[in-house]
Amino acid sequence: SREGGYGLGRTALPEEIAAWDIDVRPDGVGLPVGSGDVWTGEELFVDYCSVCHGDFGEAVGRWPVLAGGFGTLDGEDPVKTIGSYWPYLSTVWDYVHRAMPYGAAQSLTDDEVYAITAYLLYVNNLVEDDFELSNENFSEVVMPNEQAFFMDDRDAVELPLFSQDPCMTDCAETVEITMRAAVLDVTPDTEEDNAVE
Amino acid sequence: MSDDTNFSSSRRKFLGGAAVATGALATGKLVHAQAMPDPLITEMQPWQQYLGDGVDARPYGMPSQYEAHVVRRNVPWLTADSVSSVNFTPLHELDGIITPNGLCFERHHAGIAEIDPGMHRLMINGLVDNPLVFTMEDLMRFPRENRTYFLECAANTGMEWRGAQLNGCQFTHGMIHNVVYTGVPLRLLLEEAGVRTNAAWILPEGADASAMTRSIPLEKALDDCLVATHMNGERLRPEQGYPIRLVVPGWEGNMWVKWLRRIEVGDQPWHHREETSKYTDLLEHGEARRFTWVMDAKSVITNPSPQAPITHGPGPTVITGVAWSGRGTIPRVDVTLDGGANWHQARMSGPSLDKSMHRFYYEFNWDGSPLLLQSRAHDSTGYVQPTKEQLREIRGENSIYHNNGIQTWFVDENGQAENVEVG
Repeated sequence: SREGGYGLGRTALPEEIAAWDIDVRPDGVGLPVGSGDVWTGEELFVDYCSVCHGDFGEAVGRWPVLAGGFGTLDGEDPVKTIGSYWPYLSTVWDYVHRAMPYGAAQSLTDDEVYAITAYLLYVNNLVEDDFELSNENFSEVVMPNEQAFFMDDRDAVELPLFSQDPCMTDCAETVEITMRAAVLDVTPDTEEDNAVE
Repeated sequence: MSDDTNFSSSRRKFLGGAAVATGALATGKLVHAQAMPDPLITEMQPWQQYLGDGVDARPYGMPSQYEAHVVRRNVPWLTADSVSSVNFTPLHELDGIITPNGLCFERHHAGIAEIDPGMHRLMINGLVDNPLVFTMEDLMRFPRENRTYFLECAANTGMEWRGAQLNGCQFTHGMIHNVVYTGVPLRLLLEEAGVRTNAAWILPEGADASAMTRSIPLEKALDDCLVATHMNGERLRPEQGYPIRLVVPGWEGNMWVKWLRRIEVGDQPWHHREETSKYTDLLEHGEARRFTWVMDAKSVITNPSPQAPITHGPGPTVITGVAWSGRGTIPRVDVTLDGGANWHQARMSGPSLDKSMHRFYYEFNWDGSPLLLQSRAHDSTGYVQPTKEQLREIRGENSIYHNNGIQTWFVDENGQAENVEVG
């Protein structure tokens, strides 16, 4: 069978690419021209975001926490927020612009996204309250947890350990039950009314 | 009709409860004595006498009414709402390796996008000689392939990191499905656009309101990724990305972008939300692995399990389950009845396909004493499925994703099964 050169599809027009190509990278590639300050961001955040995320990013109910959690990542209950966990500011801009507010995605202007991003930096104590974020100073913001990520190392760390011939007989003297799910009792009962419609 | 149904099902329950088999295993043969003739044989049943539905009654067939309990289920407390959420495949009710389309687990970030295929487009842009737009008709004119792959959510079994929590393999292991895909090799679409020499990554993007994006190395994209139009012979279900989705064999489900509308070609990863905030694996010392794409070898016993107890009493008993690996096939699965003290090789049955689910069985005579059941998968690279404890020693308990540790079911003398941990 033939390979390539099918001549299928058509050339994408610049306007079409501009409409859909909205992604932003850590090096700032993809960022549109624009700006927004903390105070503008606060007003927008209270209007569009706080119903789920709280006035200061502390979250309402089960919705995601956006601020705080510093110093918790190596503890028993890590609180992974934009400030404590996210490696790049570009991800905040890109994600808010692409998918938020939840239920009204891509309804914010570029300047509004800059302002909300500035406010999210402020509630994470990463900028002062007079800070204005723009495409020009964007790359100056370094997130505190940027260096804490490393490439998947399972091939080096785990595969050799887990590629040994396993024990088949008399592998344990005694086997004790150490934890039981029934004690927790958090499983949905499997009655008809719980079925996903 | 419904009266007959109620009558026959209550009758069946009565007989099932009343018919106590008296057997002897001494000779290796089970001998049943039937005290009275079975009325299900001696009495005429309605379905033997009256006419049923014609061939025009069920243009798209559904399972028997007696299988109404075989459904996807969700765990309401797992997520803030049901729109950015997950449900679970009823693994304990299935056999073989193919997941029926209507039971394939769902994971959405902005609900199910309902898209008219005539209004859907696929764009390829970025580091290409000729950015392209395809209609769905265009895609059907490319050469197609048929491949069977598992899709496992990276968070499958994630609720079990700190110990036994959910009682049932549907909930502990059900963020997985295994179907036959028909799709166009992504390589052909990228070649059509002409990938430039400095290209190293692609960014697939979904058309739903979450506009899902993930960075994928170009090497994988050109290797075995598909743009799928069909699953198990029919068009994709809406909840699985209709009209098209990305297939990324062996890799975490999040990357299998549904409602695929665009593929950007670039020279660096994008580090988007789903590969920074999410789908990164926090380790004990506070640092996190990123780009943990491959799903490691894993298995689970589906029967018996907490939702599927042993109801037949002692005697011949079938243990069955599924195993899979993102790195190849599963030539072998071991099963233990005593919590890992002694292991037996299970019987593999059915097709053994690369990066697909495999079915295993272990038949034995149950003497009625309690069991601690586990299964342990070996993949074609020589990797052996680790215990949860082995994983915790390396990763701690907060990595959320990629929990492929060995699962234990405690079966009591009544045949009831429970999710437990052993040490």
